Amino acid sequence: MDRRSFLKVIGTAALTAAPVTSARARSNTVDTEFSGILIDTTRCIGCQTCSEVCAELNKLPAPEVEAIDEIEGFRPTTPTQLTVINRFENGDEEIFLKRQCMHCNQPACAAACPTKAMLKTEAGPVIWRADRCMGCRYCMISCPFDIPKFEYDKAVPSIRKCILCFERLKEGETPACAENCPAEALLFDKRRDLLLQARRRISEEPDRYVHHIYGEHEAGGTSMLYLAGIPFEKLAMKTELEHVAYPEFTKTFLYSVPIILMLWPPFLLALNRATEKENETTIENEAEEPWKY
Amino acid sequence: MEVLTDHPVHTGNEKQNIRQFLKSELKPKGKLITPFNVLASVIIALAAVLISIRFSRGLASVTNLSQEFPWGIWIGFDVITGVAFAGGAYVLTFMVYILRLKKFYPIVRITVLNGFLAYVFYAGALLLDLGRPWNVVNPIIGNSFGVSSVMFLVAWHFMLYMLTEFLEISPAIAEWLKMKKAVYILEKLTLGAVIFGITLSTLHQSGLGALFLMAADKIHPLWYSEFIPVLFFVSSIVAGISMVIFEGSISHKVFADRLSMRAKISHDDILYSLAKICAVVMLVYFSLQLLVFIHQQNWKYLETSWGAWYLTEIFGFVLLPAFLFARSVRYYRRLLVQISAALTLIGIIINRLNISVIAYNWQATKHYIPSWMEIEITLAVIFVEIVVLRWIVNRLPILNRFSGTNY
Repeated sequence: MDRRSFLKVIGTAALTAAPVTSARARSNTVDTEFSGILIDTTRCIGCQTCSEVCAELNKLPAPEVEAIDEIEGFRPTTPTQLTVINRFENGDEEIFLKRQCMHCNQPACAAACPTKAMLKTEAGPVIWRADRCMGCRYCMISCPFDIPKFEYDKAVPSIRKCILCFERLKEGETPACAENCPAEALLFDKRRDLLLQARRRISEEPDRYVHHIYGEHEAGGTSMLYLAGIPFEKLAMKTELEHVAYPEFTKTFLYSVPIILMLWPPFLLALNRATEKENETTIENEAEEPWKY
Repeated sequence: MEVLTDHPVHTGNEKQNIRQFLKSELKPKGKLITPFNVLASVIIALAAVLISIRFSRGLASVTNLSQEFPWGIWIGFDVITGVAFAGGAYVLTFMVYILRLKKFYPIVRITVLNGFLAYVFYAGALLLDLGRPWNVVNPIIGNSFGVSSVMFLVAWHFMLYMLTEFLEISPAIAEWLKMKKAVYILEKLTLGAVIFGITLSTLHQSGLGALFLMAADKIHPLWYSEFIPVLFFVSSIVAGISMVIFEGSISHKVFADRLSMRAKISHDDILYSLAKICAVVMLVYFSLQLLVFIHQQNWKYLETSWGAWYLTEIFGFVLLPAFLFARSVRYYRRLLVQISAALTLIGIIINRLNISVIAYNWQATKHYIPSWMEIEITLAVIFVEIVVLRWIVNRLPILNRFSGTNY
């Protein structure tokens, strides 16, 4: 290999490395002015107006509201139910908890997506774009809250999840669930203000609440924040999640990519040159030394 | 095709000659109705029906995938295990073209061809699993670059690596078509392709492991660690070499008439050298696994049934074959080399499936078990690959090189 082909190898490596390097600079920007919802489980009365308006708005089948009386405990969201009310019994007390996408500050799903179909918008919602998604379901593998749902029974499937009424937010409206909650259990605002409000509620009624705002640090912080009267593990919330943003887990690997792309080619070429013996160049049979080509 | 003009055989109408040549090459060689062919056609035909059902009615119609288990054996076996098995290509091109270990030259073409076909078919099987396969070009073209995604990296590397492997195998195609000048030009490109190919392989073999790094809370702690990418890379070396040994022992029987004298003579020498490399790399891999185990203080899981399964993998399918490889080299036991290679391959299947399917979401109440249709389609993919491989090996100078006389 002459100098020109050497430069070619290096050039290709550099070109391949370039997009990966620029990715890093972008993913580090954290916008703290995301909008979100504060969900106060001590106020929720389990009327399920939120899941009904959600189904109506997203043209999904109306939820079976009565089902909640029979099922106690964890119920996940489904491709046709983007938000689900869970009922928990704590002694005589009934506690209701709304489940939906957590809209992480730095979502694992968006970092996982090879086509940027999953996208964290600047307003806060994590949205899904049909024209980009190739259906690899890597977002489902990565999401620590198991939120993205796939339509396995459709020939043209979509990933379904709450998008925090992204279209309504663009019009200056609030998400349908928060707007229609009759018990004022859902409060839509900037995340910063929601945290202040949550702290105020805890300090004003310290006996009413567990002194923890779920979503403040979980998975690096989420746009959906929870307050509760009993420990969150009793509400089937994942309490052992890491307090770092999930894209951090792949950061070390992605950092090493441009390094290897830059270092391996010259290293391999050097090895190839170093193992060359002078007397070998005179051997006639080409098949004997394939590396000469 | 101008290159043909200086070829003595093609003195008349070159275009007609090449057409006749291709026509004769397209005809099947040997008997059509053999037990293998019958079995292959049945499996492939059935899979074709199932695949059409899958595309008209959705993934649920043929797979047991669920919201808890988005990836089944089409990803865990076909792609993740299949790519590890194809690792032999980068290991051998490293030894032959970078380290100039002449000894391995006779098997380099068949290994690269195997690797190339494995990528085409096993990574190609990914298209069956994609929910919206018509968007598969999105990571490659347009403004949909998910550059912070490990999957994006793996997708690009698959594509580029297929190109480099095609480049590495292209001199054989040119030789087959008797295009002397093309052979000369393409062989000039080989070293560059090899260097680029090894670099890409390092990254995507480990990248397949890095895919699971964000599933930190889902994979059982005995299999999850931040070192998954390193473990995937190191084990892809033994997976690749074991596949070369396994595949070599079969092709030496099936394609005996296609082998050059040189290949036949050097076969045993190559076999024991590969076994020696495997023994050493597997000990390294075992030590890495041990380090990860100690580092994560995983003692507490050993008493569970997951612990027993973990120990089976590590001792039964890593340490045992490593020991057997070493023993086979010492006492020159050819059969033992093949047994060790088979054990290693089973171990790799177990390891990759553990991370992607078995120990994934290990706390789920209803665990994923593949449907017979998923297994059937996977078998069909393997059979199609074997049929294509057989077709190529029976025609192209893969196991032997055309010498001056039949050129």
